[in-house]
Amino acid sequence: MIRLGEIEVGQELPAQTLPIERASMVRYAGASGDFNPIHWSEEFATSVGLPNVIAHGMLTMAVAGRLVTDWTGDPGAVLDFGVRFTRPVIVEYGHQTQIELTGKVRSVDIESSSATIDITAKVADQTVLAQARMTVRLHP
Amino acid sequence: MPLDQSFVGRSYPPTAPYEVGREKIREFADAIGDASPAYRDPAVARALGYSDVIAPPTFAIILTMAASRQITHDPALGIDYSRVVHGEQKFSYVRPIQADDRLQVVARVEAIRSVGGNDIVTSSQQVSTVSGEPVVTALATLVVRGPEA
Repeated sequence: MIRLGEIEVGQELPAQTLPIERASMVRYAGASGDFNPIHWSEEFATSVGLPNVIAHGMLTMAVAGRLVTDWTGDPGAVLDFGVRFTRPVIVEYGHQTQIELTGKVRSVDIESSSATIDITAKVADQTVLAQARMTVRLHP
Repeated sequence: MPLDQSFVGRSYPPTAPYEVGREKIREFADAIGDASPAYRDPAVARALGYSDVIAPPTFAIILTMAASRQITHDPALGIDYSRVVHGEQKFSYVRPIQADDRLQVVARVEAIRSVGGNDIVTSSQQVSTVSGEPVVTALATLVVRGPEA
């Protein structure tokens, strides 16, 4: 487990690349209860002006959060987690879309035993999230 | 036509209690591809200081999105849900959701804006136990895309 005393501002987290494919979205729809057809029906998605089916923003957010919780080892120690969805994650049939995740320690707060991490999520070198940030409680 | 501003500040009644189950947590963790044992093994969760398996941070969306349907599907507000995309999402946690929690959600319309032909609706969802202990608060911004020019 990462401890507060072991980290410093600017430190980079271990990068991860995590795949999303059509099957992930069907599975996520079932698990989350979000059955919006823009996430699983190409016909529907294009009929409402989208280029193709797009991944649930919340699936991208969940995947992005793992960069931090895999690193800290305690996914229950999250205090705040927020993202802006800036570009749809398009998932072509039969292909995996790779979410490339990097992260950097933005701030460390000794008083509240917490640290804030800036997360960068990219698909094909383009960012898909903005202001993606997670604050976690860490042991001193 | 822009959405009715008078909905800002409106709260909806608390949702029916949601009972958090170990298998639902496991299903959700599998769906997001997160292998952490804290979601699956009560002994691991206890070693981290929790009384039962915990849910992934974004698990709360199951409850908060269901609660916000009161807003997004309110015929009086009239959002065209087929044109909705997710703009922004935040969670502030008091503690992780865990198995055996009985939770309810109060959804509230926080802001309605019109930007470049799109309607932007921000709502909050307060998740608490049925006995009133706060657990997590969500803030969701949805973009209702305007018709193509």
